[in-house]
Amino acid sequence: MHPAFSLIFLTTLLGVAQGLFLALFTGQFYSLARLIPAQDNVNFYGHGSLLVLFFLAVALLASVFHLGRPERAWRTATKWRTSWLSREVIVLPAFMGMVFLYGLSHYLGWNVPLFVVGDDINIDLTVIIGFIASILSFVLFICTAMIYASVRFMEEWHHWLTVANYTFLGLASGFALAAAFSAWGGIALVHFYGFWAVFFLLAALITRGWSLYRNANIKHKSTIETAIGVRHPALLQKSQGLMGGSFNTREFFHGQSDSMFKRVRVIFLVLVFFIPLVLLGASWAWASPYLPMVAFVVQYIGLLFERWYFFAEAKHPQNLYYQTIS
Amino acid sequence: MTQLALVIDLNVCVGCHACVTSCKEWNTSGWAGAMVDERPYDMDPTGTFFNRVQTFEVGHFPATETVHFPKSCLHCEDPPCVPVCPTGASYKREDNGVVLVDYDKCIGCKYCSWACPYGAREVDEKEKVMKKCTLCIDRITDTSLPERERKPACVLACPTSARLYGDVHDPDSEVSIAIRERGGYQLMPEWGTKTANHYLPRRKTRMTIHEDELRRVDNPLQEEFEAPVSKGASIDDVAF
Repeated sequence: MHPAFSLIFLTTLLGVAQGLFLALFTGQFYSLARLIPAQDNVNFYGHGSLLVLFFLAVALLASVFHLGRPERAWRTATKWRTSWLSREVIVLPAFMGMVFLYGLSHYLGWNVPLFVVGDDINIDLTVIIGFIASILSFVLFICTAMIYASVRFMEEWHHWLTVANYTFLGLASGFALAAAFSAWGGIALVHFYGFWAVFFLLAALITRGWSLYRNANIKHKSTIETAIGVRHPALLQKSQGLMGGSFNTREFFHGQSDSMFKRVRVIFLVLVFFIPLVLLGASWAWASPYLPMVAFVVQYIGLLFERWYFFAEAKHPQNLYYQTIS
Repeated sequence: MTQLALVIDLNVCVGCHACVTSCKEWNTSGWAGAMVDERPYDMDPTGTFFNRVQTFEVGHFPATETVHFPKSCLHCEDPPCVPVCPTGASYKREDNGVVLVDYDKCIGCKYCSWACPYGAREVDEKEKVMKKCTLCIDRITDTSLPERERKPACVLACPTSARLYGDVHDPDSEVSIAIRERGGYQLMPEWGTKTANHYLPRRKTRMTIHEDELRRVDNPLQEEFEAPVSKGASIDDVAF
């Protein structure tokens, strides 16, 4: 497939935003259980939610560039019964709305306990909104990944590992950003978020490595023999019927050399996994406002390479019809 | 239920591209507006087509065969491109089974083209919507046309009658008989798309001609002569 930059930015930014929101709510959850100290409503939750919304808005802007007719985008909410893309289009604004409410409820300090769990755990409106938003965040991970995993013709994508990779990479980058956000604001949650960022990064390393292994050994269902229905081992295309290129020759080929393709894989493995692991580990030893920030930025750049590779590694069966110009 | 479709006879297709040009001509001047052609006379021309003729070579030299292979939308009975469409712009007509795009609803997200294993869908770079073979829906449903012209442009253009058109659900239609009796098959059956279009396979057509068939016994131009009687012939060996 030809990797579209609109989709690369959309999926990676969504992952960061969802991960960051889940990090914020994890922080609130832990402080409810009195495992970590409670944080400031405005500086931590309010500004954190604003950061989530910023990433979501940029992601939404990126997605507009993918559409030929963005002015008709409202129609996409109609076919949620069958289309994962339609489901994503419904869940994304719902998630944005809940994040906005979450930030607002913290900012305005709606902390009147509604009911009490156990002896002294006060559940207020922020917890309920945060819980709903967390569910939507996970649903959005599933919707985004299932857009790709549900297309059975792209056998590299058609697997639960695609959902796992989107989820874990989103969580890892979001928690890394939370660590950077904490380090920048002098909030004592750098180690907490750093630990979870490394945890999710290791989980992502396992699932992404697994999918790389699976895709390297994949045996495609369709061959040129089934494509034209002639069963013969010596079957060659002599002409694809056009010499100037078409949508079919542009949309489904990444257009890079094999060596470039392999180089991108090494680049993303180093930038997404290796360097952030080292930097987040180092931030454990040295308290620095910059280390987690650098870790996040490097990882995000790596994620762009990772997403490029994700699109490029899918081989569409229609390519069997477009092998030879003339 | 009716399922209109094409049956393409690979045995007689000569690869002349008449179906390609007539398709482009009909659909670029049709109700949906022109089909884009970018830089048509420059170095790098490109454009939207609904139909292509591709050429394949089978076998090792010198025992090779050339297969000309026309490819357009196969109007699947279970079209994978339809359920993925987020707006419902991509749909399959209930009354005749033709898979169509509503150009006024399409947002140009290209998701349907990903969900088509045959590469039958192409984005119109100017209108920014997905386009595909309509089986000349504006022509086959136009009752103001005489009956024999209510066929797709490619079918009417084919000089060797390699393209048959009809209802594959009617067991007595020309296309159903051709599929049944001449080994009609579907493309990429492994995906379970159940394409409505079928292809008739290449066949070797051989004639056996015996020596005596080359000489006509009752040739009226043959010179008449009396057969010579050999020396030892008996009365039974000779006759007028």
